[in-house]
Amino acid sequence: MTQALRIRQLQKTYGNGFSALKGIDLEVQEGDFFALLGPNGAGKSTTIGILSSLVTKTSGQVEVFGHDLDTDLIGVKRCLGVVPQEFNFNQFEKTFDILVTQAGYYGIARKLAAERAEKYLKQLGLWDKRDVATRMLSGGMKRRLMIARALIHEPRLLILDEPTAGVDIELRRSMWSFLSELNAQGVTIILTTHYLEEAEQLCRNIAIIDHGKIAEHTSMRELLKTLHLETFVLDLKEPQTVAPDLQGYPVKLLDSHNLEVQVEKAQGMTALFAQLQAQGIEVLSLRNKTNRLEELFVSLVEKNLEETSA
Amino acid sequence: MSEHLSAARVALYTIVQKEVRRFMRIWPQTLLPPAITMALYFVIFGNLIGSRIGEMGGFDYMQYIVPGLIMMSVITNAYSNVVSSFFSTKFQRSVEELMVAPVSAHVILLGYVAGGVLRGLMVGFIVTLLSLFFTDLSVHHLGLTVLVVLLTATVFALGGFINAVYARSFDDISIIPTFVLTPLTYLGGVFYSINLLPEFWQQVSMVNPILHMVNAFRYGILGVSDISIGVALAMMIVAVAVLYGVAWRLLVNGTGMRQ
Repeated sequence: MTQALRIRQLQKTYGNGFSALKGIDLEVQEGDFFALLGPNGAGKSTTIGILSSLVTKTSGQVEVFGHDLDTDLIGVKRCLGVVPQEFNFNQFEKTFDILVTQAGYYGIARKLAAERAEKYLKQLGLWDKRDVATRMLSGGMKRRLMIARALIHEPRLLILDEPTAGVDIELRRSMWSFLSELNAQGVTIILTTHYLEEAEQLCRNIAIIDHGKIAEHTSMRELLKTLHLETFVLDLKEPQTVAPDLQGYPVKLLDSHNLEVQVEKAQGMTALFAQLQAQGIEVLSLRNKTNRLEELFVSLVEKNLEETSA
Repeated sequence: MSEHLSAARVALYTIVQKEVRRFMRIWPQTLLPPAITMALYFVIFGNLIGSRIGEMGGFDYMQYIVPGLIMMSVITNAYSNVVSSFFSTKFQRSVEELMVAPVSAHVILLGYVAGGVLRGLMVGFIVTLLSLFFTDLSVHHLGLTVLVVLLTATVFALGGFINAVYARSFDDISIIPTFVLTPLTYLGGVFYSINLLPEFWQQVSMVNPILHMVNAFRYGILGVSDISIGVALAMMIVAVAVLYGVAWRLLVNGTGMRQ
């Protein structure tokens, strides 16, 4: 299978001496929906900056669909679409003009550019805003405009740096469905996000980057398998004053109606419910306290921090 | 190869079109002020004061200052168009749109410079039309006039680009026009012939490049000049080549744009 992205020993040290990337290796296969996660300052945006020629690498090798960043930059740029974290378009231009101008930079003639602009503005629900100056758009609209702009030259690899930050849940879900459809059409997607639920829902493979190093690089399924402990919150029918004694399950009473229970993967929940029933405690509903991936992410980052400190 | 050339042509056209659209959209800030300022110059310096000054260089004073005022408008507008447009592109980070795209540094530079030259020419044309309300104007040497105005606009558009690359704030884009361009223009023989100056100050004036540009342009229109036209043209061509090389290198290095 063709590799959409291949990174070898990528390093970046900024002018002030800060080492943002300490030799990362990364591979993303063609057609993948890939999550690149990491805490703030981990090196995600630096990696994306290097791929999109906005940051100069210190050393290492980057290939996008076989085009080397050092020897075939034009080839890399033609394959790549980038949706940055910050709004970076002219606030005084009209929405439609932003797309047609961007297409022009890629050498796309105006007629075709106008057709594509119409197609993507319609797909992303911005067609009725085509003649509006971009500064008048809402935050969610601006994010969608940046996605449309990144797609205008129909790239094979789309990189989205926190595309749903500050977007309401309804819009976020419509963006997920748009991106999933795009991926189904063959576009390889790399996503960085703080919404770990987003990565869990959309992505098949994942890399976690922390302190400029890759802490984990595997499939989402394999990663979730390593999760041993989950925390659930039970909604109790009758109020409780003290936490019940449940053999083998650490519990904490959050308030009179909410009980937090830690469950090891091997334990299952049958014995838990049997004990609750025996004590006459009725459960109305239960939910995960935190996202499963979030728990893993925190544990990996903490582990990495301990190793770095050591 | 032809595919690359075709893509470069489209990209260049796109940048120029974007630049023209920008200065046309904000015409009350870009085209109107120079027209008003120059109309005031024509009224005050040309009509009111000029009528008392009499002849200069064999022409009435109004005719003498018109070429200089046209050049002053071209210089200021070519420079300020590029410096403000490219700096605001950096400021709003929309320069990243260009940097992620497969556009060569030559195309980016040519596009922005062409935008500045076109605004300079448009304002120069407006000022020329305005001057016709105050005096008769006949062109002595059309080819030279066009060549000089094109070279001058290119020199200052390139200067504006370099200024924008180094600028970190809006203050930085007004320092050069205020403290360098305006004094050099006023001392560049727009309003007087340097023959009126003492010998020492005539020699000092010769190092002012704007003096050469204004006089070359005046020669194209009126047929009179204080300096050698050959030297003026050579100076402008060298300035274009040097400034282009510097601006291109800054773009390739990503100075002020790439981390």
